[in-house]
Amino acid sequence: MTENTTEGKDVTTRENREVQTQEPDSVLRAPVDIFEDTEGITLLADMPGVNKDSLNLQVDKDSLIVEGDARIDMPEGMEALYADVRSTRYRRSFALSGELETDRIDASLKDGVLRVRIPKRAEARPRKIEIRAG
Amino acid sequence: MFSSLNNFGGSLFDEFRRLDDELNAASGRWPWPAGIRSVARGTYPQINVGATADQVDIYLFAAGLDPASIDISMQKNLLTVAGERKAPVEKDADYYRKERFDGPFRRVITLPDDVDPDGVEARYRDGVLQIHVQRREATQPRQIVVQ
Repeated sequence: MTENTTEGKDVTTRENREVQTQEPDSVLRAPVDIFEDTEGITLLADMPGVNKDSLNLQVDKDSLIVEGDARIDMPEGMEALYADVRSTRYRRSFALSGELETDRIDASLKDGVLRVRIPKRAEARPRKIEIRAG
Repeated sequence: MFSSLNNFGGSLFDEFRRLDDELNAASGRWPWPAGIRSVARGTYPQINVGATADQVDIYLFAAGLDPASIDISMQKNLLTVAGERKAPVEKDADYYRKERFDGPFRRVITLPDDVDPDGVEARYRDGVLQIHVQRREATQPRQIVVQ
């Protein structure tokens, strides 16, 4: 988990930097799994070809923006025979809600899978309500 | 010989966009025969195939694979790639989206006839499985003298 991990602080204070010079016409929509438990929300995204240097995560209290560039080394003069994937830019965004503690966001990237974990504020976690007898 | 890591917008992906336009235009005119071994668009893992005079490169966009589970084999010019990507459902969690593929896969790709089954190399990095296949040396074009 420590390799390829972006520390929480780095993610929130990172400026919006250009990850590539050319803007492709179309954008790849990475498939995601999003699930919530009592402690927070986890997002997993498939972004093959993206490494730590070409990943750009922006988070504020309202939204999470996930961007990345697929970096694939190809020989010069290669001719395309078949292509399922026709862009190199991933981008997807999600609206967040107030009870998510975005300051404590945690992100890691391994083998093209991005894992983002956003904890919920302590007071927002489900509390068991005691029922008084009588 | 190899373009830099940053040079991906200018060459191969422009080719893919041109290919995209051509395929779309063709499918509008008449039913384009699909390869008998082809799979539905968007099936995991997605594949790109490119060629130079010396080699054919196959790129499988397969994030989250265990490299040990990948099985690559070649018979003549048919390349088979099989593996499994585990994306198990977390217990005690409510899922809002489950778009990522989970399970075994198998792709069979028909390559040009002049590929060399003994010249195959594979590398898995950042979720992309790159397979390089050497091509047999083409016979030299014969000069024909006009009498």
